[in-house]
Order: sequence, then structure tokens, then C-alpha cells
Amino acid sequence: MEAEKFSYDNRIVRNFAYATVIWGITGMLVGLIAALQLAFPEFFNDYLGFKYLTFGRLRPLHTNAVIFAFVGNGMFMGIYYSLQRLLKTRLWNDKLSKIHFWGWQTIIVCAVATLPFGITTGKEYAELEWWIDIMIAGIWVVWGWNMFATIMVRRVKHLYVAIWFYIATFVTVAMLHIFNSFELPVSFLKSYSWYAGVQDALVQWWYGHNAVAFFLTTPYLGLMYYFVPKAANRPVYSYRLSIIHFWALIFLYIWAGPHHLLYSTLPDWAQSLGVVFSVMLIAPSWGGMLNGLLTLRGAWDRVRDDILLKFMVVALTCYGMSTFEGPLLSLKNINVISHFTDWTIAHVHIGGLGWNGMLTFGMLYWLFPRLYNTKLYSTKMANQHFWIATLGIILYAIPMYIAGFMQGLMWQEFKPDGTLANNFVDTVIEMKPFFYLRSIGGLLYLSGAILMFYNLVKTAKSGKLVANEETEAVVTKELHVNTKGEYWHKVIERKPIQFMILSLVIVAIGGIVEIIPTMIVKSNVPTIKSVKPYTPLELYGRDIYIREGCYNCHSQLIRPLRFETVRYGAYSKSGEFVYDHPFQWGSKRTGPDLAREGGVRGNLWHFNHMIRPKVITPGSIMPAYPWMREDDMDIENIGAKIRAMQTLGVPYPEGYDKKAKKDLHAQAHLIALDIVNTSNQIALKGRNKNDLIKEIEQKDIVAIIAYLQRLGTDVKVKPTK
Amino acid sequence: MGMIYLMLIVSLCIAAFFLLFFLWATKNGQFDDDYTPSVRMLFEDEPKLKDE
Repeated sequence: MEAEKFSYDNRIVRNFAYATVIWGITGMLVGLIAALQLAFPEFFNDYLGFKYLTFGRLRPLHTNAVIFAFVGNGMFMGIYYSLQRLLKTRLWNDKLSKIHFWGWQTIIVCAVATLPFGITTGKEYAELEWWIDIMIAGIWVVWGWNMFATIMVRRVKHLYVAIWFYIATFVTVAMLHIFNSFELPVSFLKSYSWYAGVQDALVQWWYGHNAVAFFLTTPYLGLMYYFVPKAANRPVYSYRLSIIHFWALIFLYIWAGPHHLLYSTLPDWAQSLGVVFSVMLIAPSWGGMLNGLLTLRGAWDRVRDDILLKFMVVALTCYGMSTFEGPLLSLKNINVISHFTDWTIAHVHIGGLGWNGMLTFGMLYWLFPRLYNTKLYSTKMANQHFWIATLGIILYAIPMYIAGFMQGLMWQEFKPDGTLANNFVDTVIEMKPFFYLRSIGGLLYLSGAILMFYNLVKTAKSGKLVANEETEAVVTKELHVNTKGEYWHKVIERKPIQFMILSLVIVAIGGIVEIIPTMIVKSNVPTIKSVKPYTPLELYGRDIYIREGCYNCHSQLIRPLRFETVRYGAYSKSGEFVYDHPFQWGSKRTGPDLAREGGVRGNLWHFNHMIRPKVITPGSIMPAYPWMREDDMDIENIGAKIRAMQTLGVPYPEGYDKKAKKDLHAQAHLIALDIVNTSNQIALKGRNKNDLIKEIEQKDIVAIIAYLQRLGTDVKVKPTK
Repeated sequence: MGMIYLMLIVSLCIAAFFLLFFLWATKNGQFDDDYTPSVRMLFEDEPKLKDE
């Protein structure tokens, strides 16, 4: 047998590696600023009040940056390195690799250029607007194309388990992204989710949970199966276990999404389905963790000295912790306490900082000396990075666990006379020390990453990039059997993966075309007669609510639990949300629930509160929004918005888009009138009332007040005082 | 809850795809040997480094 000479493409791996580090540090820095905003709200919002960097706009930037930019680039880096070596094949097409790389970076830049400006779909972890969604789908396909083509021309017949994980990642994320991103564009910068209310929530969390599963977990498990054995220089503990837990994991994960919607208006059976599958997931998750850790059996002494193994062991341990905790949090009795609190934040950061972060760092320290044919610049510095990062994770997670548990219990507390023991704001004040500690944890973790960056750059400087790594391999002949005079399907049979993808795409397109119009638009969610579409002003106010990212801190879902109904009012019903494109239930209560905010307080209260929240509610950490008082409403396309809503099945009367603007101004006038009339003379500062009304009724603040005053009023039995 | 049915169809499609993929892989002999691959991946032919 003749050995073939060829080379591996290391340049693309190097490019993704630098992108990983740079975007990683950026994403972590944004996260740190967001954490500081909660810890020092007066400083950030009153002294540095800057409308593009409020918490509601920054937090999506942080999540998108660390998930899609840091972990995304890290995953492509590791996949492109390991895939070539596992298949003994250079990546199929260098151009495609380049398009993939630059395309992905362009998407990230687009995210940075839109999210701070409030250009968002308002769906967590899927905030990017419709045209960026299309770019993501395109670049994803480029990656898949490059990967599958490489698999097709491979020199090793057997596909090592890591590659199975990569394939599952590609297929599932493509599917999830396309289904969750169904949206109707109103303009270049604005679109509405195709689904509404509870249906939107279901799709969103089906996507959200599987984004965790197939973006943060499966690709990294694949990478773990390559880099841990390589770093330890010993085979994985059980190859058989890796195969079994792979198939179990991908079959179970897809059903777990509804555990994000426990006690919501989702039907009970769907909630229970999510819980059952979540609990079952412990088995394959721990299969992976144990397989990774046991790979080091008999070599634990090496963990003491080997910096790579240190990072990887902490990564695997954190993976084990968060996949044990996840099923626990999906149990209803635990979820009652944890949901909407910082417990969730602690949970995801064990996964993000621990599992994804530490494994990425381990990979980077492994890759750079090899890419540059040199030695790591400073092992000592890498060691310091390890300890700083580990300490950072601990200082981040433990305070957040305590904070979440404490706040969850404080919300539940009743006095002996049956009234609630704590005001919401009292529970926020209690969070202060934990917010400080968390910021220190984040700062440490970020410092570690910067230290790594320095170390890696120095390493690169001391060597020279081996852009094309020469190698040779023996071709497995039976891979390329050529049968004579074949039918087209014979050709396709030899390409089973393409064939199956193709059929999947065809089936999916057929399904979408048939099912969506009939099932989604004419939704069979039980409708409530008194629930009416939003008025144009409320609709515009709702867009402001989405733009400012209010859902990052406020939920709009009252669970059927006594401590919630006493605090917020009657529990939420699915029929209330049928016109909510997108749903705004939220997943975190840094501030109180707003589902029944309408009519609870006066217009003037909201007016003052938006401008000076910390004065109106002492102890509040809400950012001030003085620009809402200054900015004129942007209502040029309100007609187009109404028409879009009509397309989505919202029953506005025929031709209402033409009358919308008039109604909008009429409602705005009434609110402005009420605000000015209820203000006292001092607040008016001697200004003419009519002039003031004329001024205020043009401003954004009137629209957001209209929306807040509408929330939950349609089915309100009697207004709470 | 029309959405649930759509989700079920999509989820089942993916599950079916993975099942077919699994059957194909098994038939193809991908899982016949559940030890050697884990060792083989450790051996790289010592790369003859050539700077560009």
C-alpha cells in the first residue's frame, strides 16, 4: 500500500483560536460590566447613564457573545483541528473554511452593531434580527458542507466518536435555529415572531434548551473525546460507553425543553414530559463525565503537574455538576424556589465558565505550541491562570447560589396574619453583598483569560505558524469502490449522510409549508373573549419594552402559587397571550413580575418612575430611562406593524392600518393629559399645561406607560389597589 | 396547542434521522470494533514539520 502525502490546514485553526480568545475576553468583559451594573446601579445608571449600555441591552450582548462568539469559535477551532487528524484528511476546501471563518465573524460584528441599539427580536438567546438569522443559517450550512465533504473524502473508514458529536451538533442546531427564527419582517430592523404567547414560549424554550444541549454540550463532548485522551496520552476509558451515551444523549435531550416552563400556562402533560426526560438525562450526561474522568485512571498523579489535565478535569467536574443540577432544577418542587432567581444564573455559569470555558482554555494551551511548533511560553503563567479561573468560578457561583435560594425563599415567606413578609424591593436589597462577590468572581475569571491571551501571543511569537502541516497516510481502499454504470441513487447510496440530510430538509420544508399556516396562525389556544389586540400605542410601547430588553429583568408570568397570586394577582392563562408576538414571559425576576401591572399604579407614578426609579422606589436597582422622556415616538411604520400583525392572525379590522396613527395620537393625548393634570404645581415648574401636554404626548414614555397599563387588564377580575 | 404537534413532528423527524443514522452506522461496521479506535486516535504519524 502506498502512503499518500498531504497536509493539514492549521491556519484556519489558528484563526478560529484567536477569534475565540478575543471574543471570549470581549464577552466576559461585557458580562462583568452587566454584573457591576447590578452591584453599583447608582454609579452605572445615574452617573454613566448611557442609553445604549443599559442592563437590558447589555445582557443579550453578553449571552450572545459568550455563547456564539466565544464557545462558537472555540468549537469550530477544535473541530477543524481534530476532524482533519481523525480522518487523516485535509479540510475539503480551503475557500469554504475561509468563508466559514469570515462569515461567522461578520455575524458576530452584526450582533455587536445591533443589540446595543435595541435592534432585537426579544427572544432570549435568539435576539438577533431576521437578516442576521439568515446569515447564521447560511454560514452554518457552509460549515456543514465543508465538514461532510471532508468526511466523504476521508482516509480513515471508521468515524471516531467525536465526529458523531459534531454531526449531531450540525443537524440539530440547524433545525432548531430555523424553526425558532420564524419571524415576519416589518422593516430591515424589526420583525415579529411568527408564533404567539404560549406557543412562542414552547418553541423558544425547545430551542433555548437545545441550544444548551447542541451548542454548548454535544460539540464540546466531541472535543473532550479528542483532547482529553490526547492530553493524557491514553485511550478513553470506554469507547463502548462513549457510543452508548452519545446515542442516549441525543435522543433524550430534544424533549427536555418544557422544564423551562414549569407552572406556566403550558399544558401539564407537556411540562411533565419535560421533567421526565430531564431526569433521564442524568444517565447519559454522567456517562460522558465519568468516561472523561476515568480516562485518567491510574494517571491521577499527572493531574498534579500537567496544566492541560488540570483544566480538563475541572471542566469535566463542572459538566458533571451542572448536568446533575439541571435535572434537579427541573423538578417542580425545586423549581418553585429556583425559577426566576439567581440560582439559574449560578447553574448556567457552572456550565459556561466551568465546562465550556475551562475546556476551551485547555484546548488553547494544547493547540498553540503545536500550531507554532514551539513550547508554551510560560507554564507557570498557565498555572496561575488555572487557579485564578477556578477561584473565579467559585466566587461567582457560590454567592449566586446563596442569593437565588435566599430570594426564592423570601418571595414565599408569609407573616402569621397571611400577608406577604417581604416587599419585592426588600429582597433585592438583600442581594447586594452577593452581587459584589459575583463581580469579583467575574473579574478574576476575566483576568485569567487576559493572562492566557498574553501567554498565547508570547508562545506564538516564539515559534512560527505551521500553516500547512505535512503528513502522510495510507488510504483505506474500500472507501473508494467504484461500481460500474450506476444509477443516480446508487451514487447517493454511497453518500448516505448527504442523502439523509437532503431528505430531512425536504421533509422539513414540506412540513413547514403545510403545517404552519393551518396550525399556528389559526391557533387553537383557548381564546378569552375579553382579550383584545393591543391598541397601536400599546403595540408601539410593547416594541419599546422589547427594545429596552425589559424581559431580561421582568417576567410576565404569574405562577399558580399562593405567594405569587397574593403578590401579583390572578395567575396567568394561556388565552391572555394570544396576541403576544413574541411572548415576553422572561426567565428572571431581577425586578418584579409585570403580568398584571396594568391599573395598579397611576400614569404619573410610571412617568416619574421611568425617569427616576431609585427615587420613587428606594432600594431599586432599575436603570433610569430619562431618554424616554426626551425621544419622540418613531411611529412612521405603525401601519406596517398593524398589517404584519394582521398577517400573523391578530384580528384588527380591515383597513385599520390607515386609522392606526390617529388612534395612537388620541390615546397618547389622554395619557399625557392625565400625567400633567395629576402633577403638582412644583413639578410643572410654572410651565403652561397645554404646552406640556403637547410635548409629552409625542414622547416614547407615553407609549411604554400605555403598554404597562394594559398588561393583564383584559381578564382582571377586580383591580388590586 | 398546535405548536406542540409541530414540535412533536420536528422532534420525531430528528429522532428518526438519528435512528436511521445509527442503523446505517451499525450496518456499516462503525461499531464492530469498540476498542481499537480509542487507541488509534492517539497515534499520529510524527509530523515532519515544514515551515511555510
